[in-house]
Amino acid sequence: MNSIINLQIYQMALAYVFIVILLFIVKFRGIAREKEILISTLRMTLQLILTGYILVYVLNNKNPLYTILIIIIMEIFAIHNIFKRVKVKLSNRIKKIIAISMILGTLSSILYFLLVVININPWYDPRYFIPIAGMLIGNSMTGISLGVSRLVDGMNSQKHLIESALMLGATPKMASKKIVNNAFDSAILPTINSMIGMGIVFLPGMMTGQILSGISPVTAIEYQIAIMLGILGSVSLTVILFVQLGYRTFFNDQSQLILDE
Amino acid sequence: MFHLKEVKYKDILNIENLIIPEYKVTCIVGESGSGKTTLLKLLNKIISYDSGEIYYKNKPLSQIDSIAHRRNVVMLPQSPAIFNGSIKDNLLIGLKFAEKPIVSDNKLTEILEFINLNKKLNENAQKLSGGEKQRLALGRILLLNPEVFLLDEPSSALDDETEEIIIKKLVEYTKSNNKTLIMVTHSKKVAKDFGDNIIEVKKGKIIN
Ligand SMILES: Nc1ncnc2c1ncn2[C@@H]1O[C@H](COP(=O)(O)OP(=O)(O)OP(=O)(O)O)[C@@H](O)[C@H]1O
Ligand SMILES: [Mg+2]
Repeated sequence: MNSIINLQIYQMALAYVFIVILLFIVKFRGIAREKEILISTLRMTLQLILTGYILVYVLNNKNPLYTILIIIIMEIFAIHNIFKRVKVKLSNRIKKIIAISMILGTLSSILYFLLVVININPWYDPRYFIPIAGMLIGNSMTGISLGVSRLVDGMNSQKHLIESALMLGATPKMASKKIVNNAFDSAILPTINSMIGMGIVFLPGMMTGQILSGISPVTAIEYQIAIMLGILGSVSLTVILFVQLGYRTFFNDQSQLILDE
Repeated sequence: MFHLKEVKYKDILNIENLIIPEYKVTCIVGESGSGKTTLLKLLNKIISYDSGEIYYKNKPLSQIDSIAHRRNVVMLPQSPAIFNGSIKDNLLIGLKFAEKPIVSDNKLTEILEFINLNKKLNENAQKLSGGEKQRLALGRILLLNPEVFLLDEPSSALDDETEEIIIKKLVEYTKSNNKTLIMVTHSKKVAKDFGDNIIEVKKGKIIN
């Protein structure tokens, strides 16, 4: 198998020239987006260079502490990103639930996947641990963000129906069942859709990367299938935990709706 | 049945002493914003008072399980809640919420007759008029067969004639089945004709 063509500095520069041309077109057409394009290009470059150096270091100095530290940073970043991304106002109680669901849901999926399915050795091998954890955490983050928006929106816009159900003697669980199911559906829908299009509409990033770096497509596909199952499991588990614990934050121990003051 | 002592809820209600008798029709009247709905909500335990105590059958409400209480003391909200689905779905959903056995279509048709709703069970409930929705919501809680009915302006969207017919049936039903009816009404006539007991709320206080 041929090894991959190493990109030279001048080749990288050519890739940026592509963006410069794009910037000219954007400016010429009067689309006021050149600032966003510039900033995001710059951010992406800096973040990846930094990550690259960290990864090189971590891969060369295998140490369980580094792996653990990186997972913690990923989780914190993901949770923070959910809070920022969700447009609705979040109570402290629900923020806590988001954090708990993310940590429990992703960690158990990551550990099952790495230690049972792939069976890596040593258990903290950063070469497997970091990219796979990243994919599971990233996808769960997207899923739970959608779930949070739907749940909070639904609870707020359907207060009257929920309260009426409670007045008839419904438990909080029954009263919010429709909204909870709805939130779960919309949270896992993107994952399901991406599975349906996979291999036909687009080649997934991880598989593309592996094929580019010279790994047999068959192996790449095996990994891709396994990782998709891992992602589906992790997203579902995280979102189930979130909606099952999350709806409770809208009720007090007297089964009354908590109204925001 | 209910006994309220020194009950305060925010600065909305302040009730020194109020007794609501069992097996009677009690009408609650008062101007808009005086606190009538809030009073019913307290009795249904959908909200809790800040201080004082409400007794239901001599037991403090704070010591009664909320859900069990609401199944005995059912409340009909001021604006009726109609769920997506048919008339039948909307009648049965109350039984599901209260975890009571489902009843036959015959029984449901009887209820529609009782509330003068001349519609089919499978019709879409969202398409009903305001007054029809109100009667449907009333039908739903009649099926639940609770000890106490808390009705918040059950006839506000009805014409005088239909109001008279429905309230009359309702009062007859509660009396012959040993139920307690507590009803907010804006109609002086309804209160006078049917109320065994009239409570007037003014700016959060009870005046007699
Ligand atoms: N959750 C709440 N928070 C703050 N104020 C409230 C709340 N609910 C009701 N109020 C206020 O309490 C007062 C009493 O409201 P309530 O709904 O009990 O009046 P009402 O007598 O039923 O009026 P109406 O005849 O118009 O239905 C009103 O001034 C209302 O704005
Ligand atoms: Mg009212």
